[in-house]
Amino acid sequence: MLTIKDLSVKFPSRFGDFTAIEDVDMTIKPGEIHGLVGESGAGKSTVGAAVIGLLSSPGYIANGELSLGNTNLRTLTPDQAHDIRGDRISMIFQDPQTSLNPLMTIEDQLIETIQAHSDVSYADALKRAVDLLEEIGIKDAARRIKAYPHQFSGGMRQRVVIALAICTDPELIIADEPTTALDVAVQSQVLDLIRRLAKDRQIAFMLITHDIGVIAQIADRVTVMRKGRVMETGETAQVLGAPEHPYTRALMDAVPPLDHRIKRFRVPDEDGKGPVTGNAAEKWLLEGQQHALTGLTLTDICMRFRGPRTSLWRKPEPFVALNDVSLEVRPGSILGLVGESGSGKSTLAKAITGLITPSSGIMKLGDDILPDGKARGRKHPSRQLIQMVFQDPYSSLNSRHRIRDILTEPLWFYGFVPDAREREKLAAAMLELVGMQPDAIDKYPHQFSGGQRQRIAVARALLARPRFLICDEPTSALDVSIQAEILNLLKDLQAMFGLTILFISHNLAVVRQMADDTAVLRNGRIEEIGSTDSVFERPSADYTQNLLALTPVLPKAWQSTAVAG
Amino acid sequence: MIAFIKRYEGLWLFFHSPAAMIAAVVAVLIILGAIFAPWLALVNPYDLASFSLFDGLLPPVWEEGSNPKYLLGTDDQGRDMISSILYGARLSLVIGLSALTIAAVLGVGLGLAAGYYGGRFDAIVMRIADIQLALPAILTALLIDGIARGILPAAVQQDVRVAVLTLAIALSLWVNFARTARASTFVQMNKEYVQAAIMMGQRPSRVMFVHILPNILGPLLVIMTVDLASAILLEATLSFLGIGLPADSPSLGTLIRIGMQFLLSGEWWILWIPTLFLVALVVSINILGDFLRDVFNPRLR
Amino acid sequence: MVYFILKRLVQSVFVMLAVAFLAFSLFRFVGDPITQMTGVETSVADQERLREELGLNDPFILQFGRFTADMLQGDFGFSYRTRQPVAEMIATRIPATLELGVVALLISLLVGIPAGVYTALRPRGIPTQAILLTTLVGVSIPTFVIGIMLIFIFGVQLGWLPTFGRGGTVQIGGWESSLFTIEGWRALLLPAITLGVYQLTLTMRLVRAEMMEVMRSDYIRFAMARGVPMRRLHYKHALANTMVPVITIIGLQFGGVIAFSIVTESVFQWPGMGLLFLESIRFVDIPVMGVYLVVIAFFFVLVNLIVDLLYVAIDPRLRVRDVQ
Repeated sequence: MLTIKDLSVKFPSRFGDFTAIEDVDMTIKPGEIHGLVGESGAGKSTVGAAVIGLLSSPGYIANGELSLGNTNLRTLTPDQAHDIRGDRISMIFQDPQTSLNPLMTIEDQLIETIQAHSDVSYADALKRAVDLLEEIGIKDAARRIKAYPHQFSGGMRQRVVIALAICTDPELIIADEPTTALDVAVQSQVLDLIRRLAKDRQIAFMLITHDIGVIAQIADRVTVMRKGRVMETGETAQVLGAPEHPYTRALMDAVPPLDHRIKRFRVPDEDGKGPVTGNAAEKWLLEGQQHALTGLTLTDICMRFRGPRTSLWRKPEPFVALNDVSLEVRPGSILGLVGESGSGKSTLAKAITGLITPSSGIMKLGDDILPDGKARGRKHPSRQLIQMVFQDPYSSLNSRHRIRDILTEPLWFYGFVPDAREREKLAAAMLELVGMQPDAIDKYPHQFSGGQRQRIAVARALLARPRFLICDEPTSALDVSIQAEILNLLKDLQAMFGLTILFISHNLAVVRQMADDTAVLRNGRIEEIGSTDSVFERPSADYTQNLLALTPVLPKAWQSTAVAG
Repeated sequence: MIAFIKRYEGLWLFFHSPAAMIAAVVAVLIILGAIFAPWLALVNPYDLASFSLFDGLLPPVWEEGSNPKYLLGTDDQGRDMISSILYGARLSLVIGLSALTIAAVLGVGLGLAAGYYGGRFDAIVMRIADIQLALPAILTALLIDGIARGILPAAVQQDVRVAVLTLAIALSLWVNFARTARASTFVQMNKEYVQAAIMMGQRPSRVMFVHILPNILGPLLVIMTVDLASAILLEATLSFLGIGLPADSPSLGTLIRIGMQFLLSGEWWILWIPTLFLVALVVSINILGDFLRDVFNPRLR
Repeated sequence: MVYFILKRLVQSVFVMLAVAFLAFSLFRFVGDPITQMTGVETSVADQERLREELGLNDPFILQFGRFTADMLQGDFGFSYRTRQPVAEMIATRIPATLELGVVALLISLLVGIPAGVYTALRPRGIPTQAILLTTLVGVSIPTFVIGIMLIFIFGVQLGWLPTFGRGGTVQIGGWESSLFTIEGWRALLLPAITLGVYQLTLTMRLVRAEMMEVMRSDYIRFAMARGVPMRRLHYKHALANTMVPVITIIGLQFGGVIAFSIVTESVFQWPGMGLLFLESIRFVDIPVMGVYLVVIAFFFVLVNLIVDLLYVAIDPRLRVRDVQ
């Protein structure tokens, strides 16, 4: 039904045409969920935009065929193309928070869409809209339809978005990362809904995502893209279960499994090469490691923020971000802290680093009490002993400073190395240790990719000679193959230096790979804490069980057989 | 390659934007003319001995009855128009740039600190900014001028005119800098590199000036250009209203005010030539400001 | 919502108090009010008695309290220059300035918003480039030069419109209006255009920038992907969302309109508050200066309160609380 042949899209720029996608072939049948998977820069969203005719300016289709049923999509006038949008092809965007007009009610938005494509009275359109919302799982739809988008929760909003996309009975829906912004539980509901719609209404879905787990769970067929080209296409089980293309294989190797722990990820360029050993930075770090390993103990940490004031007469209700959190990171071990967005993970990290002051509770680093945020002086030893690797490598390095300045800052700031030349040598050696070229030292952060920047961020943290490292979602902004590299790096470094690490992530599978112990956080409360194996294999809390059951996983048979541990 | 392009994209854009290039040439010419006025000008308009009433009201060379010595004619006092304009531009630019510097230092300092410390300090600074905003630039400037008249003895008043004018303009411009610096600082405060610096225990002054400031220079540079144009306009307007600079040390605005007397008579050049000059200067600066805005905010391109 | 409005109300009172304080400090510290009020022939003893009578020896805070209380009752003191009550002087001038400001604002909105929308929707056309260049020149020409040019062209060369004064006015319950006679409108036209041009360029550029930003947003792209008719997309979806920030700036600009009317009034000899203020500065007539300040701040605060109410009307996020 949807046929794409030899499709190329180019973006003219002042330095010549940039080819976003080239020679892409794809067909999607009615009722089929077709996964389009690839890492950032693969051009998967461009395929979707080309099909629906919304390529961002100045992109254009340079070559190829594009047809829906008997309609050639390439020869349409702009008006005809606009009529087809919504009527025959529709789209679901990633973020339900931003894809609805905040100033219009759901009713207005649904009815304008229905009336744009069929000649029905307002009353009929309204009836259709209410029925649709009910069908899609919004209770009390006749009343709720009068509400504005901000009155719905994220999951409900994504349902409204889906209702808007299907209210005109389109043949094809392009879903661009439809569940990426959602929590696991909501994601699973939305995926169920998509599957149901494909089956009952015979709607074809082009499901664009970076998440191979999602593809494995609901896609009938899958196309793997990389750098604008199709690598492999076919039945999902075949492509993911028995990949033919080396890229697909590498991608599958990089996906962290949920049900067991592997020693190291197999990464194509890194095969056989272990970490750099015996270099100056390693020696320097080991020198600083002479005393015993240091653990961290938290007892009854509470964090209350003043809530937003909504009324003059009522006192604002405090917002409880952390509620009696107690945990111990054993010296030299990794504690994984998992939780969904808003569970309080990052708040906890900020409390430990002293950026915010907890309302109550005791923090201890080793045997010493850690003063609370405001009471912790600028010269307190913990400022050096505790270091952090942040989530977003694009914002964690000062873009106006050279790598040299970024890396040598901790060396002079903590007074480790008085000589500037020595500092630079050490910084260069540290770059080598984290798998970078030492000449990177002369460059600026923007000259590196996300993965490389995260390596630099790790190097900066290590140059403070920390005893305790906090990794706050260190790989969630990265592609899965880069994630595998960074996780390998962290594993290597931990083994070399016996670091104590608090590893924060929303991704259960990543925590499974990294952590010795795991704590599950929900709404500021610890639901469960124990050894990683016991938490993942014999979860005691309902919440953990649910979370584990709803996380999309690859069937056992498809999983990488590499380096199981 | 990509890195190279990114680095020099601003320059590349500049050399492919005729408007920006012409504007830059005009602005540079005027600024050079103003700097070298004492060497370029035929007469010194501040020195009564250097010009003569007998040369008064001569038209520009292309009109009948002109004197080729005075290319753009003379005013009623016999001053060469080109000389008056060069000296006028000099004074306008000196006042504009000094006011801008004061406003930038004050505004950026307060804005950075407000964004960094937040809380009560931020609230106080922003309330003061709000009040300043309720009294628009021209009103503030007039008010300060009025106060100076009330407080200072008449004899001193003439001597401190330039200082009063500069201060008045500076006070009306700092809010722009403060608001922009504060808003940009807020954005940077949420960035992880700033949190990393704070966590390390670095001094607030180092975090503000070494880490944050270089990252918010872009929008500040845009404000700076736009505000230089405003400062020059404001000075001209105040002088036009007759409360800026006196007729014996004319700025561009004073020249226009003097020229107004000739609006209805035939000596059009006395009014329109300084006017054209002022507009050319301000248009050039504004075009450059627009260009910078596009460079720093590519999404509006 | 009630809380939001109350909060803004309290802030407004705070701003007014601060401005009143400024006005009071002017009155109290710039020159000696007693020497200003009395002539040279008044003896020192009389001056002292007057000082005592007026309470100028009382504690500062008490004086300020009395000053504020007087203002609230409409007692604004007397002009040093004319010896008339300031309240009266200002009141007779308010209609002229307000009519000028409102008409100028209307011109800037009626032309600026459509022009902004047009240039945002067709960013690459030649008309857009022409409009953008014109507005750039527009913000670069000082208001007084625009006034002079208009006078020169329409007043002097063509002789179509009067170049000074208010023309024919009509008294309506103490409000002297030029809006009800043709002569009045003819006189109003040039000053209003002069004052409106600068605001117009600002409004246009702002609407354009905001509109372009909104057109890139997810919800517009989603509406586009659903095939919502283009006209509806542009005006119902995009323009409405553009209005929220635009209204804020227009509120802030109103202060600018009033202030710039000083210049316009001076060029056109328009008998409004601005002209009065200019005269009072020339003669260091402190009470008039102070009261002008308070009146301007009052208009500013009032307009911004109206803006806040408009916010609530436009944006349901401020109006409707979460149902869940």
